[in-house]
Amino acid sequence: MKPAPFDYRRPEQVDSAVEVLGTLGSGAKVLAGGQSLIPLVSMRLAHPSALVDINRLRELDYVRVDGDVVRIGALARHARVLADPAAGAAQPLLRQALRLVAHATIRNRGTTVGSIVHADPAGEMTAVLALLGGSLRVRSSRGERNVTAGELFLGPLESDVRDDELAVEAALPVLPPSSGTAFVEVSRRAGDYAVCGVAAFVRLKDDGAVAAARCAYLSVAPTPLVLELTDQAADPRAAGEAARAQVQPEADLHASADYRRALAGVLTERALTQALAAARASGAAAA
Amino acid sequence: MSTRWFGQPIPRVEDERLLRGAGAYLDDLGHDALAAAFVRSPHAHARITDVDVSAALDVEGLVAIYTYDDLPDRLAEPLPLLIPHPTLTHGRTPYALARDKVHHVGAPVAMVVAEDRYLAEDAAERIAVRYEPLPAVVGIAAARAAAHLVHEDVPGNLAARMTQSTGDVDAALAAAPHVLSLDLAIERSASTPLEGRGVLARWDAEARRMRIWSSTQTSTGVRAAVAAKLDLPLVDVDVITPDVGGGFGVKIMHPWPEEVLVPWAARLLARPVKFVEDRREHFVASAHERGQLHSVRVGFDDDGRLLGLDVRFWHDHGAFIPYGLIVPIITSTQLLGPYKPGAYRVTFDSLYTNTVIVTPYRGAGRPQGVFVMERVMDAIARELGLDRTTVRERNFIEPHEMPYDHGLVFQDGRPLIYDSGDFPASLAKLKQLVGWDDFEQARETARAEGRRIGIGLACYVEGTGVGPYEGGHVVIETSGKVKVATGLTSQGQGHQTVFAQIVADELGVPLDDVEVVTGDTRRFGYAVGTFASRAAVMSGSAIALAARAAKEKALRVAGDALEANPDDLEIVDGVVRVVGAPGAEISLGTVAVLSNPLRYAFDTAAQAATQFASGDPAKPPVPEDDEPGLEGRDYFSPMQSTFANGMHAVVVETDPDTAEVKILRYCVVHDCGTLINPRIVEGQIHGGVAQGVAGALYERMAYDDAGQLQNASFMDFLMPYASEVPSSVEIDHLETPSPMNPLGIKGAGEAGVIPGAAAIASAIEDAEGIVLTSMPISPSELWELRRSKETG
Ligand SMILES: Cc1cc2nc3c(=O)[nH]c(=O)nc-3n(C[C@H](O)[C@H](O)[C@H](O)COP(=O)(O)OP(=O)(O)OC[C@H]3O[C@@H](n4cnc5c(N)ncnc54)[C@H](O)[C@@H]3O)c2cc1C
Repeated sequence: MKPAPFDYRRPEQVDSAVEVLGTLGSGAKVLAGGQSLIPLVSMRLAHPSALVDINRLRELDYVRVDGDVVRIGALARHARVLADPAAGAAQPLLRQALRLVAHATIRNRGTTVGSIVHADPAGEMTAVLALLGGSLRVRSSRGERNVTAGELFLGPLESDVRDDELAVEAALPVLPPSSGTAFVEVSRRAGDYAVCGVAAFVRLKDDGAVAAARCAYLSVAPTPLVLELTDQAADPRAAGEAARAQVQPEADLHASADYRRALAGVLTERALTQALAAARASGAAAA
Repeated sequence: MSTRWFGQPIPRVEDERLLRGAGAYLDDLGHDALAAAFVRSPHAHARITDVDVSAALDVEGLVAIYTYDDLPDRLAEPLPLLIPHPTLTHGRTPYALARDKVHHVGAPVAMVVAEDRYLAEDAAERIAVRYEPLPAVVGIAAARAAAHLVHEDVPGNLAARMTQSTGDVDAALAAAPHVLSLDLAIERSASTPLEGRGVLARWDAEARRMRIWSSTQTSTGVRAAVAAKLDLPLVDVDVITPDVGGGFGVKIMHPWPEEVLVPWAARLLARPVKFVEDRREHFVASAHERGQLHSVRVGFDDDGRLLGLDVRFWHDHGAFIPYGLIVPIITSTQLLGPYKPGAYRVTFDSLYTNTVIVTPYRGAGRPQGVFVMERVMDAIARELGLDRTTVRERNFIEPHEMPYDHGLVFQDGRPLIYDSGDFPASLAKLKQLVGWDDFEQARETARAEGRRIGIGLACYVEGTGVGPYEGGHVVIETSGKVKVATGLTSQGQGHQTVFAQIVADELGVPLDDVEVVTGDTRRFGYAVGTFASRAAVMSGSAIALAARAAKEKALRVAGDALEANPDDLEIVDGVVRVVGAPGAEISLGTVAVLSNPLRYAFDTAAQAATQFASGDPAKPPVPEDDEPGLEGRDYFSPMQSTFANGMHAVVVETDPDTAEVKILRYCVVHDCGTLINPRIVEGQIHGGVAQGVAGALYERMAYDDAGQLQNASFMDFLMPYASEVPSSVEIDHLETPSPMNPLGIKGAGEAGVIPGAAAIASAIEDAEGIVLTSMPISPSELWELRRSKETG
């Protein structure tokens, strides 16, 4: 389990990283926390010609709340984002999701942006980006562009970040007033990728009725699935039924397709119940 | 015997070194060594038609590539069948490198030696092996159907069929008022130590001597095998076990292909060579265990007493059977647990499949047997509407029936006779500990909160301390320090602590003055190995006897020096003194000096032993029946195993929606005879319970029909984390001393794992009202069982 030979670059600035990526051509890979990439390379399941290590790009090591957006730089580790008080207060779903990402040691290295680029349909942060309608800013020698969550996820482990591009920042909207979120999942072992997981977002009208509700799903589709459940959310059980009817999961070693579908229903109910309660609490606090 | 250290829960002397990171495991050694990597079969069953190494030859740093055709003489013969048995009529073992055919994914086809492991893997990747795939036999059903054969010359894929019986089972079942039939299954798991296998060899070309370090559970076994394969005199081969990061059984298997190939290459290349197994290799190229199917018929009376038990089972031993029939023999005998079966008959088939070999994994066939017997007990209770503990109590062997002869032959070829144990007392303790009789109340409370809880239990008996023997050597040095050696190996059990406790007591020396070495053939050449919960019983006893011999001599020499009768002497804190005569004393170090008549003094103290200073001119300096030095060496070889026992109870909660299973309480009552160190015994139980939980709820080897292991990584093979095992294991001990050895001890190494699957199955069944017939069980499977129950 040793990687095949590869070229290794460790730029000190974002500009030079982008330049190096541009000159290396396809076959080069960005190395962030390495928690997903290194196992693939070590098992020779990936044969990158070069690794561009971005761990020296200190300028990307930030988490900040900027008006109504939470901005997460590409070098911000999961652990740092999880512990950031301002980000956690501005968008509670971040913490609710990140505490379910892997284990402390992996969160100390793995980056939140890296996990979004990695586009694992079982990854919590992909679901968060999809649920909240966040976006990713990417740069290359050709320029900079913003990729919305809707455009980003192309398939399992496939995102619209090209070989010569560096993702520099993920942006998530802060939680609007009278809103609540929740993240629940079932995994075989604590910290494992979930067998099924549900992130929920609920916004209430002034009269307490549901203005908007949707859920994002882990491990039931090739890309993060988002279901619009505004009409059902007042009755989480009914919403669970609706979700159960709409997901089309597959079986794997750990779960049958039907079990996953049932989990999608149960977890939708649980997540919406929690998100509703949070939304009501936030509405009450504001009033 | 003084009991100052024996029985004390002292911390392990090993821990400081290991916790500071000062341990030295195999891969910490041999930084100057070449690295070996292996080309392994990607097919479960295939003919090799060509091996083309040409593309690998220009890899910089490549030193050598070997295939079967390169192997000389005895290295070209199949690896040994370690434990032959008369019923093992079709025993097949692999070649060190595949010859013509591969029989499982992961089988070694070529060995690459290069300057480092990266380069060795680069070269290995470029070796092109052409295979002609053959149909794979995967799973017990396919092996039995035998539409295809793993070995052309083994009809029915059957290596062995073995039957044992007592009494007339057919008559007993025909006459029984109640008869039940059960079909039960346990899936494959594996030892999965965190450190895989590894071996380092240095050939000293001038001295023509081989020195090998192996991460093994038997250094003497490896030594004998390498000497034989490489045609070396035994005295010219040293095998040393460095720190070993876990074994759990898989490392008692030997010699692994790598264990003979690496020394061979080291000699050929006249350079040190090292192989360190990686995780992926460990999954497909070491060994698994557990996979069995059982079909049981049981007859019992209206009170739930067993009248007859007829067990037929099928054991999947993988592609080869180098370790013989030990696992299924243990299953077939230890299945009986603490019970009297009435008439008993057991027949097993040991079957070839195109999968990794099966060799003992902690518990070694017992978890399967206990699962079967305990399912039978629960089924009887259900059938008769009796409490599950009542059925067990009615079938127990009573203390007054000890020693109890089952009339069967155990895994060591000796009669299955339980030496001691008090099963009713153990169960009473367990019921008390877990609050068995009050559980219905707890269940009602939980139910009112919308929660589902259940309780289960399982009992087992474990034959421990199997022979043939172990030895111990104790030297008291002139410094007064005591050096102890035994040949069996350590993989984290705490041997250095418990053996030092024994010696400190026997000799009357401070614990810190005792140093223990295990698994180094330079220090002790005769040994068997560490398995079958035998180290404390076998080496512990041998070391105690050796220490007694050393003490006897110390008292004799001291008696001469102090002009006292040895019977009037005692040793306290490393000083020999005359009882009741303060001041009349001599340190053990000085006794050691005097025990070795010298011509040349090496320091001032040693002058006391030189020829003008001591000795009786009327006698030779070393009398005829004596030896110089203060040493004791002895061996322990019991007539038979000693039988430990235990009972576990577990409380689980099952989620009504997600079918997740949570362990709320895990209680253990354990009887391993006299405890040398309760803390270490409890540590063994904790680790065992973790592996029991693993086998019940998490771990399985998922082969597809083509023989590909689908979960050959820790991402998908669900070894539980600390978060999945109970955070506290409640333990109560019973100490029924064994009459089989001088210390009254029984083995404890495997105990914790044995009843895990059985107890947890019992508890889930109790929570759910669903009958469980196979383990492990995942939430998805439990959910599917609920659904099929609902839909009828
Ligand atoms: C045992 C274990 C358990 C885990 N469990 C979970 C879990 O439960 N949930 C979960 O979500 N994740 C889990 N992970 C994955 C973890 O979150 C990873 O850290 C994360 O997915 C990738 O982040 P990274 O910084 O390590 O990226 P890397 O491994 O360095 O890179 C991953 C991929 O993204 C690309 N990439 C990374 N950063 C950039 C960038 N800035 N621009 C362009 N491309 C980039 C890389 O080229 C590579 O293809 C687990 C990992 C392990 C080892």
